Amino acid sequence: MKINKKIIYFMVIIFISNFSYGKIIIEPGPNAYDRIQEALILAEPYENIHLSSGYYEIEDGLSLDIDNVTLSGDGLDKTILSFKNQKSGAEGLLVTSNGVTLSDFAVEDTIGDAIVVKKANGIRFLRVRVEWTDGPKSSNGAYGLYPVESKDVLIDSCIAIGASDAGIYVGQSERIKVINSEAKFNVAGIEIENSYFAEVTNNIAHHNTGGILIFDLPNLPQQGGHDILVKNNKVLNNDTPNFAPEGNIVGKTPNGTGIMVMANEKVILEENYISGNATAGILVVSYLDEYEDDNYNPLPNKIFIRNNQLNNNGFEVDKVRAEPIALLTKNKAPEIIWDGVTSFPEWIGLSKQQRLILGPNKTKDRKTDMINLNLMTYALLPWFHKTKEDYDDYIGEGISLTEVNFKTKW
Amino acid sequence: MVKKYTKFIFFLFLIILISSVSYAKPHKQLSDYNFFKDIKNQIPRDETVPYKIANPLFSDYSYKFRFVHMPLNTAAEYSYNNVFNFPIGTTIIKTFAYPIDERDLDKGFQLLETRLLIKNKNGWEPLSYIWNNEQTNAFLKYTGHTFNVSWISNNGQEKYVRYRAPNVNQCKTCHEINNKIQPIGPKGRNMNINFVYPSGEANQIDFWHDRKLLNNIPTPLKRNPAIWDDAKYGINERARSYLDANCAHCHQKGASASNSGFYLNIDENNSSILGIYKTPVAAGRGSGGLKYIIDPGNPADSILLYRMLSTDPGVMMPELSRNLQHEEAIPLIREWISQLK
Repeated sequence: MKINKKIIYFMVIIFISNFSYGKIIIEPGPNAYDRIQEALILAEPYENIHLSSGYYEIEDGLSLDIDNVTLSGDGLDKTILSFKNQKSGAEGLLVTSNGVTLSDFAVEDTIGDAIVVKKANGIRFLRVRVEWTDGPKSSNGAYGLYPVESKDVLIDSCIAIGASDAGIYVGQSERIKVINSEAKFNVAGIEIENSYFAEVTNNIAHHNTGGILIFDLPNLPQQGGHDILVKNNKVLNNDTPNFAPEGNIVGKTPNGTGIMVMANEKVILEENYISGNATAGILVVSYLDEYEDDNYNPLPNKIFIRNNQLNNNGFEVDKVRAEPIALLTKNKAPEIIWDGVTSFPEWIGLSKQQRLILGPNKTKDRKTDMINLNLMTYALLPWFHKTKEDYDDYIGEGISLTEVNFKTKW
Repeated sequence: MVKKYTKFIFFLFLIILISSVSYAKPHKQLSDYNFFKDIKNQIPRDETVPYKIANPLFSDYSYKFRFVHMPLNTAAEYSYNNVFNFPIGTTIIKTFAYPIDERDLDKGFQLLETRLLIKNKNGWEPLSYIWNNEQTNAFLKYTGHTFNVSWISNNGQEKYVRYRAPNVNQCKTCHEINNKIQPIGPKGRNMNINFVYPSGEANQIDFWHDRKLLNNIPTPLKRNPAIWDDAKYGINERARSYLDANCAHCHQKGASASNSGFYLNIDENNSSILGIYKTPVAAGRGSGGLKYIIDPGNPADSILLYRMLSTDPGVMMPELSRNLQHEEAIPLIREWISQLK
């Protein structure tokens, strides 16, 4: 068989071009929705769809369902997808495939959630901004960055502003890192809900209603949230009055909450700087609403709090959403607050659990204070009720968590 | 050196060439499939069987013309609760249209889109064809399309809708369960009704069976659940049929709203999971300031009804394919919630 060299080169070129990953570049202009959506549908795995800097007006929800695609822009202040005139679609962008990277663009003013990711194995948000540009309003969409039922979630250097529920919300997921990000003017800045193995580190949560929330709720396919590290975050001046539409669980977040842990197991809060939160610096609570779910555990357990700097929190407790705190504390609530709800055997002294574990924490000019509201006794034997405020009673051996190691290779 | 590998490279080249050609590309025009004798009037060829379903999804009062086309000499397997197991090569065809005047259907229809679900080796593939203004043919479009439609409704009112044909990804929102795309309508409990064929009226399941298109049908046929708008059934049964048809494609285990833990499939019996005294999780302003998805006895305090009433895309349910209220279903759901205890 004799084949000319040129033909072989030709074949080699075809061979390579078949396997090289394309980059599709989209410019701003008319029919932005059609052009972006078509690229998202016809993309090949590992392809990069790049949105050049500029302002894109989008009227319908975008969606991506091809694995390992990268959707990128020229920067979170340069490539802007505006949904101000959105007419249909429940969110701005929906991702339902695995191994996707979203980077360097902004999603603004969506009618519902901004970016939703469902059931993904591997999702990265890098330098993405989501924002409702009119500031906090209850008509804003609920969630900014919203990965749910996913594994391997990385949110790095992102910004979320104005969500009427949570700016950065990770729900019913596993193996999560939320790092180097900023959340402000949301009801909840950063919320990890019904999730396993999460690290929330080096973020700034300020001017929200609540800075960082670690929640576990009943009647959901995945529950029993555990192994959550909240470290080295700045949780400052969360002073936006709660503007969540009523009926939502975050609507109960007291105005001025720093970090709030509800019904999770094995949570470490360490080396955070928490200051200027009117109701509480750190709030550890059980789920006290009625529910019907035999598999649900409403009590927090092994919540380890150490080496945080807590200054000037609890100076004006929200009397509506944190009524028991307002009732049971005097002029100023302590920096660390636990509702003190336990199982019945613990309450009558038959068993012992380390639900709240304190290490050393720091407060300017004084010793860090704490309170166990002892709500069990308050509800069952109100005549004998007393709060417990002896910090040293809760000092105990710390816990350790497994490091979050992603299985996805992007 | 080059010569040594010549054969190998040539071989590789052939493989790549073949593999890149062998992707079955969908047809660009609907007419290329040859499903219809008269495509404009939606009259099928003999091999394309028309059907209807007992409890259809409400889609802004559009009419839907449904057909199935199976390869010659193949048949589907019957199932009561699940979609029939169709043979590879099956196409399910659904055309969305609005009547010019609903009081006189002979005046004809404006055809908007024809959706196909094609079953190949890897499963079902969704495609959407958009009709041209001349109404002579429909053309493949991946990104969906917006129509501004007006028509005269049953009571002589002029109605208007911004009709949105979904993009291919949005098809999956409703049609995907456990990461597999599935048809929704043609299951036994939806098909056990009569259809007027050119040869006369007949039960659809019997008709398919007689034409050897459907195997393993039970005798006698199992009763249907209630038809949602048929007053001979009880309110509870009718409401559950309606919610199954209009909500459960997403609100069931493994489907796109699985994270809500709120399921409305007809065989769900747990009252919390059905939404009774269940608080919303991620509804945002979709909650409308209400506490429970269903507050029994209090329809006005139930998020379910609130979201059915809404036409705001950030609030309404279903999220897709609805821009108008379903005026006939709202009283049913209102009454159902009033009766719940």
